[in-house]
Amino acid sequence: MSQPSNLPRWATLWLMPVLNLFAALLVSGLVITLIGEDPVECLQLMINGAFGYPEGIGYTLFYTTSFIFTGLAVAAAFHAGLFNIGGEGQMYLAGLGVTLVCLGLDFLPGWVVIPLALLASMVFGAAWAFIPGYLQAKRGSHIVVTTIMFNFIASALMTWLLVDKLIMPGSQTPATRLFAESAWIPMLHELAANLGIELPQTPLNATFFLALISLVVFYLMVWRSRWGYALRTVGLNEKAARYAGMPVSKVIIVAMCFSGALAGLAAVNELLGSTHRMNLAFTNGIGFVGIAVALMGRNHPFGILLSALLFGALTQGGLDLSFEKPAITHEMIILTQGLIILFCGALENLFQTPLALAFKQMTKR
Amino acid sequence: MDSFFSVLDATIRVATPLVLAALAGLFSERSGIVDLALEGKMLAAAFAAACVAYMMQSPWAGLAAGMAAGVMVALLHGIVSIGYNGNQLISGVALNMMVSGLTPVLALAWFQQGGRTPTLDDAARFRSIELPFADAIATSAPLKALFGHNILVYLALLVIVVVSWVVYKSRFGLRLRAVGENPHAADAAGINVKLVRYLAQSISGALCGVAGAYLVLAQTGAFIQDMTAGKGYLALAALIFGKWRPWAAVSGCLLFAFTDAIQIRLQGSALPLIGSIPDAFIQAIPYVLTVVLLAGFMGKAVAPKAIGVPFVKSR
Amino acid sequence: MAELAIELTGVNKYFGEVHANKNISFAVAKGSIHGIIGENGAGKSTLMSILYGYYQADSGSIRLNGQEVRIRNSHDAIARGIGMVHQHFMLVDTFTVLENIVLGAEQGLALKQSLLAARAHLATLNRDYGLQVDPDAIVGELGVGEQQRVEILKALYRGADVLILDEPTAVLTPQEADDLFRILGLLKAQGKTVLLITHKLREVLDITDAVTVMRAGEIVGNVVTAEVGKEDLADLMVGRKVNLQLDKTPATPGKTVLQVSNLSLTDARGVKLLDDVSFELREGEIVGIAGVSGNGQSELLEILSGMREASAGSVRYNGTELTTLPTREPKAAAYRRLGIAHVPEDRSREGLVKDFSTFENAILGYHDDPAIQRGLLFNRKAIIERCRRFISEFDVRPANAFRRSGLFSGGNQQKVILAREIDSDPQLMLIGQPTRGVDIGAIEFIHKRLMALRNAGKALLLVSVELDEILALSDRIIVMNAGRVSGELPAAQATATELGLLMGGHK
Repeated sequence: MSQPSNLPRWATLWLMPVLNLFAALLVSGLVITLIGEDPVECLQLMINGAFGYPEGIGYTLFYTTSFIFTGLAVAAAFHAGLFNIGGEGQMYLAGLGVTLVCLGLDFLPGWVVIPLALLASMVFGAAWAFIPGYLQAKRGSHIVVTTIMFNFIASALMTWLLVDKLIMPGSQTPATRLFAESAWIPMLHELAANLGIELPQTPLNATFFLALISLVVFYLMVWRSRWGYALRTVGLNEKAARYAGMPVSKVIIVAMCFSGALAGLAAVNELLGSTHRMNLAFTNGIGFVGIAVALMGRNHPFGILLSALLFGALTQGGLDLSFEKPAITHEMIILTQGLIILFCGALENLFQTPLALAFKQMTKR
Repeated sequence: MDSFFSVLDATIRVATPLVLAALAGLFSERSGIVDLALEGKMLAAAFAAACVAYMMQSPWAGLAAGMAAGVMVALLHGIVSIGYNGNQLISGVALNMMVSGLTPVLALAWFQQGGRTPTLDDAARFRSIELPFADAIATSAPLKALFGHNILVYLALLVIVVVSWVVYKSRFGLRLRAVGENPHAADAAGINVKLVRYLAQSISGALCGVAGAYLVLAQTGAFIQDMTAGKGYLALAALIFGKWRPWAAVSGCLLFAFTDAIQIRLQGSALPLIGSIPDAFIQAIPYVLTVVLLAGFMGKAVAPKAIGVPFVKSR
Repeated sequence: MAELAIELTGVNKYFGEVHANKNISFAVAKGSIHGIIGENGAGKSTLMSILYGYYQADSGSIRLNGQEVRIRNSHDAIARGIGMVHQHFMLVDTFTVLENIVLGAEQGLALKQSLLAARAHLATLNRDYGLQVDPDAIVGELGVGEQQRVEILKALYRGADVLILDEPTAVLTPQEADDLFRILGLLKAQGKTVLLITHKLREVLDITDAVTVMRAGEIVGNVVTAEVGKEDLADLMVGRKVNLQLDKTPATPGKTVLQVSNLSLTDARGVKLLDDVSFELREGEIVGIAGVSGNGQSELLEILSGMREASAGSVRYNGTELTTLPTREPKAAAYRRLGIAHVPEDRSREGLVKDFSTFENAILGYHDDPAIQRGLLFNRKAIIERCRRFISEFDVRPANAFRRSGLFSGGNQQKVILAREIDSDPQLMLIGQPTRGVDIGAIEFIHKRLMALRNAGKALLLVSVELDEILALSDRIIVMNAGRVSGELPAAQATATELGLLMGGHK
């Protein structure tokens, strides 16, 4: 895909993403100036809102958790050379899996229901990604278009299910009844309280640890196993993969399932960790943020951790900011996400030529 | 009879912006640039049209502003995809997000009405054109459904005719198709590939501009956050469904619009044999059809060959 | 002396360090068919690209009809009456013949006028040159020969007086080629000048008036066709390069390892890429496959390595029929397991992943090897150790297992691939272009390793476009032309001239 650049590795790995991020933030700052606010002040407010006090940190990490999952989902597909825009729909369907388990099996104890719900989220997410993956591998249907279509189909399906079937009897809002408390994933402040530590109440829950584990597992699977080796070979050089005797179609389909399963876990954080019921809007663009997270994080778990944290902070800090500055709403964050995707994903080489020239000048001296 | 009329009437109203956006996508994709940015182009146009029509109290000024905004987003997409050989898919997704975020922020800053713009007066909108003799001519429902629309609907009709002429019968159309099929052949024949692609992007932006302006100036009368609600993607689906051909894409739009129109009609009512169909299923029809088509189960949708591949001069 | 259509004086072209065209000077008489002949990489295509404006010469001058010109792009070339028929046709498959012909030469807003004018003009051209192309046919549905005629028409329609044809017969059947020559004859009769780039002696001898022979970027001969024999041309073309010194002990072939019989491959368009190929390969010998690239050697390697399915014929390996091998994994993997190693022709596109670190490429194709697994994961230490062993045994520089493969020189990339394939202790080794783009030092090293492998009793099938390499390494030589075996002979008896003749299909 990319040609070996003339830049030192550290510059490609660190300097370029930072420059791209800086460019995106600069444009955001310009927009903030345009609507008559002070971007520096806003930045301070945001950083303070995201990291400045315990609750802020709790919320930041809660958002980070979901973003890690959807970021990993996009990265998993990317390593196989696939652009999975369907994270949103896969997460939506995964939510259905979680809900069905929690509502249907709520007579069972939590230590049975929670693992089953986790499994269901992954299976449902994977299943929703399987079809586009299969169609890409076997029938050449473009994965980007099919995953977009599957997002819409998922949305229609879930609307129907929530409005007509799963709605809490007697309720007007399209949401299920509350899950049995035994199926809730413990909140971090509860866990900490057991240990005698007092933490503020936030939706940050044990799924956060699952996300951290997923990062490690993702790394091991993709970089340290023959499965991931085949995945990356297919993504980087399909001809070489055929030369090496890898079953390319199978690798593509499995990669999509892996991707969908990861996106599915984001639903667990939202449903079992926070809302404890399913409503229509629980995915809330998290699947799309995963695209930005993966691109910003260069599809590497460590990068994804950092960029998920960045987006978690943007989300939480942005919410706090909008209390202080009513002119700067959540949409400002969406704009920033879009800019980051543009600069880190599509214009990633914007600074390559100037940087390469600069390095040449430096090494000459 | 009356319900038949109202379904047809609604179909035309819903189809108009879809048709414009699908034809916009046709220019873009036929030139070899994947256009996921239709949604963003439309939304930006809707916002610009709402602002300018409100300030100038003129729908025509609004329309012009909408087209300008559409072209601006299109040129951004062009600079990334054509100028920098960036990833066209990612560029489209990014632009859609940016516009979806920027428009309500600006709306709030400028009008302080949440994420929307002030409702337009009648003078600033396109109204239906009531012809005095229409009732006399239109004796059947299908004919009647053709009358009483606003000027943009008729403009869209004209656009369909012009576009299909341009694509197939004009010099620009020949070059457009050549550049999207085999840019290297076009280059060898002395054609400036990048220029043709930039032009195609501009046209795409202008048509999306009309589509976006329609939503505000002929339908809602104000800009509402994310008011395109996936229409750009639906138009893209129609384009693929129409196998990148103008009339077929238009038929796709009409079909999708028709499903939308009957969905409202059918709400709650039961059909013979099938029973009641949930709206969601009807809503999903366009997307399911597109997937089925892409999977090659309904003829083969062959995209322009060079689509999505940045043109880098060989040799 | 006849009037000159083209005159080149002292043309030089560099690509970085590579001197692709060295001080090229020659002249082409108006109304003649002029051949430019040479092996792959002799600099013919570069030269023609300069004439057509794709490249700018670094020095030297070009005169057209006695006037010095500068050709900056293809547009300029067309305007000056130069037309080009590319080896890979520059046609829009979904367009009609007529649309392809007017593309880029249309006038006005609407197409109609241009198409009408072109249709009339086309009828004249069709008649004058006997081209017989249906203007309303869809180009993608036409045969290769017809598509080529569309390319010629395109050039003529634009008023070309000079027509450059780049390896025009590479994709044609003999009948189609004859047809093409008839057309070229008519063009000449009408006063057009034709430049024919080719590596096929027969064509040059049959239809050209004069020939320019190129080798390694230089002109080694400008001759009048009628005055030379085919042996002279073959000698000029192949030349005598640095004689590769190798200690070649007589081969002691053992039992037959590979038996290829009546192997054929037909592509989707019905073109025979391989046509009834048969040969055998025994333990302890190197069989070299000589031929100009694009004559079926690549396809042969792909089939033998399991990357492609043959249309017909059989491949027996140690008595096992490979073409119908029952396996659930991809054939390439199954063959490898049976002891068939493969050094692919296209090193950087197939043999390794440029963005991988070298240690990762050291296991490509052998990533399932139990020796490098530890439970569910790779045994990274074992992989890196293996790679370090490759690096030291094959003297890969720089000796860094973590460096990205794409950053290594061609020779060092090739050493890693070779090390990997040899390390698997194969019985049969398929090797494509082992020294393409490899520096001299590495060439010698690679040749020695291959010879050692043969002396260790392995069977080696060597495909190379370098005749010297074939002559230096092989025990037997098979020559391929147009998908067929055009000759087979013991290396000891082969001369470059004779091989050149066979490669040109002239025997």
